[in-house]
Amino acid sequence: MRQARLVWRKSLNAVMLTLTGVAAFGVVAILFLILGYLIWNGGRSLNFDFFTQLPKPVGETGGGMANAILGSLKLLFLAALMGLPVGLLAGVYLAEFGGKVFSFVIRYTTDLLNGVPSIVIGIFAYTLLVLPVKHFSTLAGGLALAVMVIPITVRATEEFLRAIPGSLREGAMALGASQWRTIATVILPAASGGIITGMLLSLARVAGETAPLLFTAFSNRFWSPGWTQPTASLPVMIYTYAIAPYDDWHRQAWAAGLILLGLVLLANMGCRVVLSRRGITRSV
Amino acid sequence: MASASQGNNATAAQLAHQMRVSEKTPAAVEKEASVRFEISDLNFYYGAKQAVFGLNLKIPKNKVTALIGPSGCGKSTFLRTLNRMNETIRNTRVVGHILLDGQNILEMDVVKLRRRVGMVFQRPNPFPKSIYDNVAYGLRINGYSGRLNDLVEHSLKRAALWDEVKDALHKSAFALSGGQQQRLCIARALAVDPEVLLLDEPCSALDPVTTAKIEELMFQLKDSCTMAIVTHNMQQAARASDFTAFMLDGKLIEHNETSKLFTTPQDPRTEAYITGRFG
Repeated sequence: MRQARLVWRKSLNAVMLTLTGVAAFGVVAILFLILGYLIWNGGRSLNFDFFTQLPKPVGETGGGMANAILGSLKLLFLAALMGLPVGLLAGVYLAEFGGKVFSFVIRYTTDLLNGVPSIVIGIFAYTLLVLPVKHFSTLAGGLALAVMVIPITVRATEEFLRAIPGSLREGAMALGASQWRTIATVILPAASGGIITGMLLSLARVAGETAPLLFTAFSNRFWSPGWTQPTASLPVMIYTYAIAPYDDWHRQAWAAGLILLGLVLLANMGCRVVLSRRGITRSV
Repeated sequence: MASASQGNNATAAQLAHQMRVSEKTPAAVEKEASVRFEISDLNFYYGAKQAVFGLNLKIPKNKVTALIGPSGCGKSTFLRTLNRMNETIRNTRVVGHILLDGQNILEMDVVKLRRRVGMVFQRPNPFPKSIYDNVAYGLRINGYSGRLNDLVEHSLKRAALWDEVKDALHKSAFALSGGQQQRLCIARALAVDPEVLLLDEPCSALDPVTTAKIEELMFQLKDSCTMAIVTHNMQQAARASDFTAFMLDGKLIEHNETSKLFTTPQDPRTEAYITGRFG
């Protein structure tokens, strides 16, 4: 009886262990499948021109997406500029200052905002910045992305701040530091590894957003001067090129996908390298 | 580094206190002069739950006062009222008088108070910064920008850590051992030259050899510092303190010179506790 139970428990253990292992392997496999597929299809169309040339007119082969690469970077810069500070400060408020009821309201609102479909956020930015001036702009696209960056940054900041042991806060307060000083000089630096990672992940997530850009930044087959003109961006270019009937465009869409993923991976790994060198990640 | 606020800021409570003092006999006045903290009728509440009941205690200058008692008896809570650390917890309330050198600390600027009353915690809590920056932290936030290097060195020497870290000042404080981290925390507290050092079970996470070092350190610091230490270790209280206060269920049961309290306790509950019959 007891023997049978032991066998049952051991085999259950083995089965569950296998299941978790398979699932974990599946997660890794998905990423590598996507990456492999992108490299296989996109890598072949990548060349120097892709980074330096403007798109060629319809019917001509060749050309590149230099304007879309720069456009994506500009949009991300705007999103970071507008979204990250708001998200960071709100996250600090949530973790360190907020009262019970108010915190709950903010947290709940943030989660809702995070769940708002990106196309709706696009409409929001469209109403706010496109309709009044009657033309698409980089600024409107940046705003739409910033709105998406905020909730992710808020929650990442809050979570990593909460993970900092209370003893650090007490240590600083006991030396006479004010609450804000404690946060700015001890708590935030201690959590910076996690917070920066969260910020980069939020930027990486919006880097691939297409829907909110369709009617905010729109697209552009030429360079987009300044911030108030429509601009090309990698995700919108992928969308446009992928549904076009030209083989050459399909190949360029794959290449753009590869570049987009490459940018995201590079940002991710870059920040990890920098952080581990500064030895901050240990405290997170 | 003596506090400039000591002489002025005379409050009504303080004047009343001084008048009370002057009515006493010369011997009593002289004894009064060597008191650093005078606590009277102290009650402390976590929300509706009372944790300290009508506590009266005098903490003498340049001596070590140990607070002993079973877990949850309110000794840590009491210690944390002395630098108003409990204010960081929501919904807490202090009723009573706590005088530091005759000044009511509840009316004092909390930053000034905490500069005069340093604290060392149960678990070493160095900041995720370099050893140097840990010690300099208190000086920097207090706007001190003079000879930081000298003061950091001096503080580390007072905490008996200098020889072990002088070549690694800019390495992370996390690279130190637990005992070294705790001495670093003491150095950090000493850097702003506090008059009082509160130690909340400073050795409970340390091994016996390191504990001995910290006790030795406390002995040396007595010249310049008044200390109050919460400890679960009765041998430690007996070894390292001059006075001992025994607390039970939020009340002060007995307070006496350490040698007397441990040899001839007046209260049966004190005797029961120090002979290990409970707690």
